[in-house]
Amino acid sequence: MNDTHANTTQTEDGKLTAWERMEIARHTRRPQMLFYVSRLFEDFIELHGDRLSGDDPAMVCGIARFEGETVFVVGQHKGISTDEKVARNFGMAHPEGYRKALRIFRLAEKLGYPVVSFVDTPAAYPGIRAEERGQGMAIAANLLEMTRTDTPIFAAVLGEGGSGGALGIAVADYVAMLEYAVYTICPPERCAEILWRDVEEKRQAAEALRITAADLLSFGVIDTVVTEPAGGAHNAPEEMVAPLAAEIRAFLAKHKCGEWTLEKRRAKFRRFGQWHENQT
Amino acid sequence: MSLFSRKRVPFRGTPKSDIPEGLWVKCDSCHQTVYRSDIEDNLQVCPACGHHYRIGAWKRLEITADAGSFVERHNTLNTADPLHFTVNEEDYGARVARAQSQSNLDEALLSGFVTLEGHNIVLGIMDPDFIMGSMGSVVGEKFCRMVDDAIDARQPLVVFTASGGARMQEGILALMQMAKTADAVRKLNEARIPYITVLTDPTTGGVLASFASLGDIVIAEPGAYIGFAGKRLIQGALNVRLPEGFQSAEYQMENGFLDAIVKRQDMRAFLGRLVRYLSPSNSHAGQCHDQT
Repeated sequence: MNDTHANTTQTEDGKLTAWERMEIARHTRRPQMLFYVSRLFEDFIELHGDRLSGDDPAMVCGIARFEGETVFVVGQHKGISTDEKVARNFGMAHPEGYRKALRIFRLAEKLGYPVVSFVDTPAAYPGIRAEERGQGMAIAANLLEMTRTDTPIFAAVLGEGGSGGALGIAVADYVAMLEYAVYTICPPERCAEILWRDVEEKRQAAEALRITAADLLSFGVIDTVVTEPAGGAHNAPEEMVAPLAAEIRAFLAKHKCGEWTLEKRRAKFRRFGQWHENQT
Repeated sequence: MSLFSRKRVPFRGTPKSDIPEGLWVKCDSCHQTVYRSDIEDNLQVCPACGHHYRIGAWKRLEITADAGSFVERHNTLNTADPLHFTVNEEDYGARVARAQSQSNLDEALLSGFVTLEGHNIVLGIMDPDFIMGSMGSVVGEKFCRMVDDAIDARQPLVVFTASGGARMQEGILALMQMAKTADAVRKLNEARIPYITVLTDPTTGGVLASFASLGDIVIAEPGAYIGFAGKRLIQGALNVRLPEGFQSAEYQMENGFLDAIVKRQDMRAFLGRLVRYLSPSNSHAGQCHDQT
């Protein structure tokens, strides 16, 4: 990636293109899920396995303590060292990962604790084993389950919100998105290939797809944008912790006042989309 | 039926096929030379090898529903252009208009009430050629309204899927249709309405990963391409040869994701049996015949 750009701290943020934001979202030093887990929570017990066929290191799940309260956690972690990136498949989960998350949603509901979901994935993994084990079915099952999981779900888009792979853990009551994160129906490169028949049109595709936090806020798909340190969270990761903690704290406080209901979550998703209706 | 303001809509389609022009054609699959009319008379299935050609939504309706039974629903929704999406100077609105005039459909999903072998059902049919059968806001909304129709009328919902996935031109709003349609299926489940999906060539991406996979019964046509990620993408990422028959209906069947593969010529009768056996009016609930 273009390191010179993403290292700048003096960039006038309003002038960044969608593609430049995409590069920040993918930056190798951008803080990832396990960084936030270590800073936001007093304790974290990782839970493994989908109880069907395996454990997916791209999807991290567990029980955490946030300011003295229990929450369940799901999320993608891309990995930092090369070895870890390979082990975690660059944060691209297989069906086992989505099924592990599904287990967590059900468990959280059974025991009555909220879920905190961290989204950071290029995509659900496009691979032979993933297809063989039902990637489409696994994501569909999660979408359905999250419309009936009767416990509050908070999601934070940390870096890349990649398509169905992101949505598969993000049908949430409240979605916060980091300022330079992106959330997209497909990677701009892929869109450029298909619609422009030229991968080099990726910058134009990134712009056209409206993938930035401000775009998503304008569509009502996310609920708030969490401001990042100048130039991006990788420039000062520790500064990113307090604002994210504040979002979780506010979410949990509202939960205690009965703010989050299944009906509201369902109604929110039912409204998504834009069309004109002819009266005939 | 007083529940709905039904509007009889005459059949207005021109059946569309992807069979090459000409009197004789070489089958895409077996490469044998066959009469074009032989394929067309055979429900657009190659008489030599059984290859199932893609068919448009109107043709599918014609070969599936009882003649004259179709009452179209929800064809008054018009696609908006929330992203102001333009590719090579064609804006999205023009792209949709082009697809509409080519297909004689309002969108990639045709929906309505029909009878199938005499049984009342709600039927949805996707068109593989309407912007690749992709799901945008209108397809998502129509799907939800079809579900409401099925619940209100207490009739089974049968949906033929054919889709390249969520529609890129509507960006994140198209992605959200996956969650929206999944929630509609949740409603259908709670109302105990039978939901049958028929996966036809191709069923991929965000449609496979939402309402297509969520059928109570999931059927496919032989040879249909069914997969979450596209073949080219997987091949490009892995740089390996994909196994023979990868992501075919037969492959999905073997891996446990389908209930049955049904030939086009048998589909109507097969669906007829299913809806007859599963119609909500047949439910045993509340029908105690205990004489004691």
